[in-house]
Amino acid sequence: MTTSNTNLRRHPGLNLGPSHGKAHEEAESVVFGFWVFLMSDLVTFAMFFAIYATSIQATAGGPGNADIVDVTSIALQTGSLLISSLLFGVATVAMKYHSSKRVVILWLLASLAFGLCFLGLEIRDFIDAAEKGAVPMRSSYLSSYWALVGLHGLHVSVGSLMILVVCVQIAFFGFASDVKTRVLRLGLYWHFLDIIWIGIFSVVFLPGLLS
Amino acid sequence: MEHFIFGRLGWDDIAIFDVFRDPTASNIVGSSAGWLAVIGAVIVAALLLIKGWWKPLLFTWLNTTDHKKIGIMYIVVGLVMFARGVAEGVVMRSQYVTSYQGGYLTPDHFSELFSTHGTIMIFFVLMPFLIGFMNLLVPLQIGARDVAFPRLNQISLGFTIVGAMLLMISLVVGQFATGGWTGYPPYTGVAFQPGTGPDYWIWSLGLSGIGTVLTGLNFAVTIYKMRCPGMTFLRMPIFVWTALCTSILLIFALPPLTAVVIMQALDRYLDFHFFTNDLGGNMMNFANLFWMFGHPEVYILILPAFGLYSEFTAIFSGKRIYGYMSLVIATMAIAVLSFTVWLHHFFTMGQSPTINVAFGIATMLIAIPTGVKVYVWIATLWGGRIRMRTPIIYLAGFIVFFAVGGYTGILLANPTVNFAVHNSQFVVAHFHNVLLPGTLFAVLASIYVWFPKFFGFRLDERWSATAAWLFIIGFTFAFMPLYMVGLMGLPRRSPAFDDPSYIPYMIVTMVGALCVLAALCTLIGSFVVSALRRDTLAVPGGDPWDGRTLEWASPAPVPEWNFAFIPTVNSQDAFAKEKAAGTAYEIDCDTYEDVELSPTSWIGLNIIVFGTLFGFAMVFWIWWLAVLSALALLTHSIGLGFVRDKGEIIPASVIERTEKDWIALAAEGPGTERRDEVSPSNRGIAARISEA
Amino acid sequence: MNNKDERAHDLRMYFTGFIAAVILTALSFLTAILQPFGSVGIFASLAVLAAVQIAVHFRFFLHIDVSRQKREELQLILFTGLIILIMVAGTVWVLGNLMTRMM
Ligand code: HEM
Ligand SMILES: [Cu+2]
Repeated sequence: MTTSNTNLRRHPGLNLGPSHGKAHEEAESVVFGFWVFLMSDLVTFAMFFAIYATSIQATAGGPGNADIVDVTSIALQTGSLLISSLLFGVATVAMKYHSSKRVVILWLLASLAFGLCFLGLEIRDFIDAAEKGAVPMRSSYLSSYWALVGLHGLHVSVGSLMILVVCVQIAFFGFASDVKTRVLRLGLYWHFLDIIWIGIFSVVFLPGLLS
Repeated sequence: MEHFIFGRLGWDDIAIFDVFRDPTASNIVGSSAGWLAVIGAVIVAALLLIKGWWKPLLFTWLNTTDHKKIGIMYIVVGLVMFARGVAEGVVMRSQYVTSYQGGYLTPDHFSELFSTHGTIMIFFVLMPFLIGFMNLLVPLQIGARDVAFPRLNQISLGFTIVGAMLLMISLVVGQFATGGWTGYPPYTGVAFQPGTGPDYWIWSLGLSGIGTVLTGLNFAVTIYKMRCPGMTFLRMPIFVWTALCTSILLIFALPPLTAVVIMQALDRYLDFHFFTNDLGGNMMNFANLFWMFGHPEVYILILPAFGLYSEFTAIFSGKRIYGYMSLVIATMAIAVLSFTVWLHHFFTMGQSPTINVAFGIATMLIAIPTGVKVYVWIATLWGGRIRMRTPIIYLAGFIVFFAVGGYTGILLANPTVNFAVHNSQFVVAHFHNVLLPGTLFAVLASIYVWFPKFFGFRLDERWSATAAWLFIIGFTFAFMPLYMVGLMGLPRRSPAFDDPSYIPYMIVTMVGALCVLAALCTLIGSFVVSALRRDTLAVPGGDPWDGRTLEWASPAPVPEWNFAFIPTVNSQDAFAKEKAAGTAYEIDCDTYEDVELSPTSWIGLNIIVFGTLFGFAMVFWIWWLAVLSALALLTHSIGLGFVRDKGEIIPASVIERTEKDWIALAAEGPGTERRDEVSPSNRGIAARISEA
Repeated sequence: MNNKDERAHDLRMYFTGFIAAVILTALSFLTAILQPFGSVGIFASLAVLAAVQIAVHFRFFLHIDVSRQKREELQLILFTGLIILIMVAGTVWVLGNLMTRMM
């Protein structure tokens, strides 16, 4: 019992049980490898943040930070992401405690729905900005703004696609151990994107409100 | 419509026809290179078809996920690209011989040459070589059956090949970049180079970069999670330590490159303004980002080479490595410090002296752990029973040259000196001085050392040693004079010069370059000669040099399952200890078990084909093709999650037979004395020496 | 602990994280909207709030803690933090300096 207990702590959302010795070892490697990937990705994001920071003043007379922020929309986007993350968490807990496939898939789809809300709002903001002339071709500042925020959006899109894929896999294979680790990794990815988003609203959007 | 189908690809882009359109010297050289690539490809294709080799190529090589085969493929890619890189080096030297008041190549062609040469040598020669050795050695040295993610490993190889293919295609269709391997904008921006060149650079680096990060990830996890019982961190062979540090560097240093490549692509394709001259773009951001990758990159290239040197220095001096702990600490110190020095590549960009001094000091600090390493190798040799085989010849060259390269590095790290020699031939001399003896010699020596392990026969000693001497002599003449030329004031990347006093130096370097070319031919000759004599050179026992670490504890070629049992170790140099104790060839377990190999996969081939098509389509703006290839890649990757292949099962009986044959071989005789190791009596079993 | 308790414990973890995250986000937004202090104060508090929220996400959503089983992940994250600090701070330092010298 003690061993299985620590295993449970180790990967909430993953319950391969003591009988899955080899599967568990593999899951360890896979999850650790995924962490490595996430951290490498984090450095990529950091570079986009750094370039953003160095080009805040490079607006070339075009629209700047203050001209593109729509606080309400950003707040809603943040909310969508947080709710989506919470729902994903609930889905993993459901998976861990042997809920039926249907239940888990439903939670995942709910999580996806909020992810899509986020994307919808973000795209609307991008369109608005473009209508105001704040296109990336306008200045170095806008280039870095679009690239940074867009990169996060791209990640969310990929994540959304993967949620769908994982749902199909659950439907196909049930909760085989590799499907479970995949859900777990996708969860890490999904929560990780929130951390990037904290950076984005703290560095990009909120400072835009300061007069 | 034509635009839709072919993008911006037109007849004029077919570079191999340039020579017919306008037969200048430059075009003759350029087109011949292209024709050589085409003819080479045709010959290879013909051989594959006629001899029926396509079958093993597809079904034992391209679909394999075995780390040993993948490692060999990396090294083959490296060798092919190395041949091209050396040829370009020689052509460039011949340009320098004639370039007093203008050489026989056009400036543009010369620029293309140094750009492809640099890009190839760094990304498609040295990187594949080292990653190849990581593949070959790491799982064996830590007592594992494969890397942590075998299929991912194949994916990495696929991406590396895509990059190399794009470079080869650029010989035939279109033109490669002329902005050097660093590709600095704004010169590489659309305003100055609207053509295909920088786009080739973007996609070959961008796509192969994906593969490289994944390799780093794979090996970090392998080394963290797959060590055999008893293999604590401090019992790992030095090469594994350096592979670990390199993997960490790959994981964290490639992202700045990815970022800079993405931004440059956005600038060129979508008219963004990261690095342009107008609308607030700032090319200094490029230099800064690029070197945040670029400096750790040079340590990515040198650390595994240090590891290789450490391994075979110990083997060929017949004693354990001196100062294991100090090597480990030095390796880790170098890995971390290498993230703090990138600015020394652009001391002259205009930042304040305070910043320059800070980075100059950080750079000089790296010399300390590096110096420690050189002393460690010397101390390992000291008092050892050194056998002057090919690897030790390379090692001797390395220690001398690397000291010189290191000193000039310290000179360059001093901002005031740097202002005088920045961007001069002095720098060319310096980096060839560290890269060739440092990394290239290590790899060539290691090919000699570990070739028998994976092919079952040794390389001919006379040919290999000749190649080593030719490399050393050629290197000396080809690059040492450039220090002088640099101090005399010739900038690097000069298509022409006006000072006749450079000419004698240029002739000497030309001779050196030809000598390197001869060395390369000798190296290839050594492979051919040895393959012909493979029966006399055979070492089925798998331990031709009296090796010390686990990779020698198996027959040669290494069986697909690596080890009959996952070994358990309780010291460093476990195999040497066991040999000294006389227990190396004993069966310590009597029930053999079936082994499941990692399943084969076609994702690698898919990446090679569609990745290359994607890159090509992006370079030539053939959007439909780009979308289709991207979709092909995407669907296959998603499909992977639905495939649940089992690997081939090797039955216990086969494993038992192989193991027992091997042990019987060891029991046959007393083994080979070290002084006879290059004689035909060496069958891969070492005579027992009591010292360990 | 039986299954049910564990389940409740796991769920509680996510909800605690969620509520903390919402509160911290709200504080960040309010700081920026109401601007209660001078600009230095605002930037400082935004930075602190972001850092705390990142820690909360790591703790409650990504389940990283200081326990022994999580040591490898934690080390990895901290090392990444160090590298990012070097790279981002270095970039801002160098490029900022270049910019002031070009003014
Ligand atoms: C084997 C014989 C070689 C010869 C004859 C040779 C020759 C040259 C020459 C003439 C240049 C141009 C220097 C200039 O800009 O004026 C050059 C550049 C360069 N070489 Fe080599 N080289 C050789 C091997 C290597 C190797 C093994 C490497 C391994 C890394 C290497 C890496 C580079 C790099 C990175 C550049 C800079 C390219 C650039 O300016 O962007 N070379 N080489
Ligand atoms: Cu450097």
